[in-house]
Amino acid sequence: MTTHIRTAGSSALLVCLDTPKHVTALYHDLQADPPEGFIEAIPAAETVMVVFDPSRAAATTLGPRLRAAAERASMSARAIDDPSMRQNPVVVTIPVVYDGPDLHETARRVGFGVDEVVRRHVAGEYVVAFCGFAPGFAYLSGLDSALILPRRSLPRTRIPAGSVAVSDRYTCVYPHESPGGWHLLGRTSTVMWDLEREPPALLTPGTRVRFEQVTT
Amino acid sequence: MTDLPLVPTIEVLSPGPLTTVQDLGRPGHAAIGVGAAGAADLGSHRLANRLVGNPEAAAVLELTYGGLRLRFEAAATLAVTGAPCPVMVDGRAAGMDSPISVRAGQQLIVGLPTEGVRTYLAVRGGIDVPPVLGSRSTDLLSGIGPPVLEAGTRLPIGRRVEGFPNVDIAPRRHGPLGPAILRVLPGPRDDWFLPEALRTLGESAYVVTSESNRVGARLDGPALKRAVHEELPSEGVVSGALQVPPDGRPILFLADHPVTGGYPVLAVVIAEDLDRAGQLRAGDAVHFRVLRPDPVAAPAVDSRAPRGALPAASRARDHRVTSRSAGIRL
Repeated sequence: MTTHIRTAGSSALLVCLDTPKHVTALYHDLQADPPEGFIEAIPAAETVMVVFDPSRAAATTLGPRLRAAAERASMSARAIDDPSMRQNPVVVTIPVVYDGPDLHETARRVGFGVDEVVRRHVAGEYVVAFCGFAPGFAYLSGLDSALILPRRSLPRTRIPAGSVAVSDRYTCVYPHESPGGWHLLGRTSTVMWDLEREPPALLTPGTRVRFEQVTT
Repeated sequence: MTDLPLVPTIEVLSPGPLTTVQDLGRPGHAAIGVGAAGAADLGSHRLANRLVGNPEAAAVLELTYGGLRLRFEAAATLAVTGAPCPVMVDGRAAGMDSPISVRAGQQLIVGLPTEGVRTYLAVRGGIDVPPVLGSRSTDLLSGIGPPVLEAGTRLPIGRRVEGFPNVDIAPRRHGPLGPAILRVLPGPRDDWFLPEALRTLGESAYVVTSESNRVGARLDGPALKRAVHEELPSEGVVSGALQVPPDGRPILFLADHPVTGGYPVLAVVIAEDLDRAGQLRAGDAVHFRVLRPDPVAAPAVDSRAPRGALPAASRARDHRVTSRSAGIRL
């Protein structure tokens, strides 16, 4: 495993890792055992941005501490690979009506029938790799590699909340009405973001997710 | 029987171009896609609170290009800091950076700033709108937090204070804002750019364009050219980051920046200079001074890099980045 740590100004370090599994593992390690001066960690596709309070921590001491945490995380990431040792047994199931405006176009582009696209999307075992773009917007890894498509060349200006979509290596559920360039396969009535809930996001990094086909 | 208002309030007569409620922000929610927000010039925010005897985390008003008109429904003590503006109470001039007493029914008018963008108004007791995820800051990118002020908005004044106002006027540390010279540390993706990109950044004047807001200041100037043309997988970004889209013109991220970004960041403005960045006005010229990372802070560099690759300690000392800054808001 290779861990590169890069400067991101005077109060953050960017830890670059090998795979999304390492990202999730390091993120959880830092949540469970935050170093002195730690403010927050921002997991993303292949990196964790660690923001710290420079009056309470120095990059000199934090760097080696993060390197050690990344190595520990690589051990636990291997454990995540082993189904018998999955850390997070809770699975969130999201019911989906597969009638999205891009379903037929997606099927045509990947060379399957619509039913096969739906079958493969439902069969996936997904994990929240990271959140971004908007509050509660989770990038779910684990998409069937046959369904990987680049983003739409022309993003939509308005996508309804609850739209279930795919793009690149990820699938997602739009938590709010927003613009976006993902391919819309269906919709769910599950509320992804609710400020009355703690945490407001249904899907947080590391959460396991399955989709279930429903008709209404 | 008439109910008397239990909570003293302020009525917004005119909000100006953009006035929001801000405090120190809501760090800690980036992992669910929520940024920190908070005052874009935290130093001015803290000063305003100190002047009226508030805890420094109390919520204040952040005015963008001034233009605010308020009516106080109860007597109050307030202070105006940040971008310098004319301040009038019922037609009489009042000063910046100094506690101001108003009586019930009086009107406050804040005019246009002569320089800078953001002016802060603290009221003794704090602006007591309901917190969202632990903060009263409006995040214009995610839409979280109190609504933007409108004519007719009534703002409750809180009761949490910390001692009494005990200064008549705060001597301004820098006088007028002065030229915008922002110190940056290279990285995290300086290796995605041609070697001369950092020199271009350090030797050119960039101009703040009108497409600038609390999310970021879009800068115009010589293009910062990339060496790597792949697509960068999304990664976390911080306030002060200079993100460079394909056209090579950097965007300087401010308080409401997105949590992750997909364009490489060439360099990041250090914490001590973020407040100045928060006062950049369309048309302002910005100069960047590129610091060398302190070799003592070597984990910034990959530990396997040969030691000879680090700059000599004596040379770096001139630009050492101190870690005293309290200005962290992420």
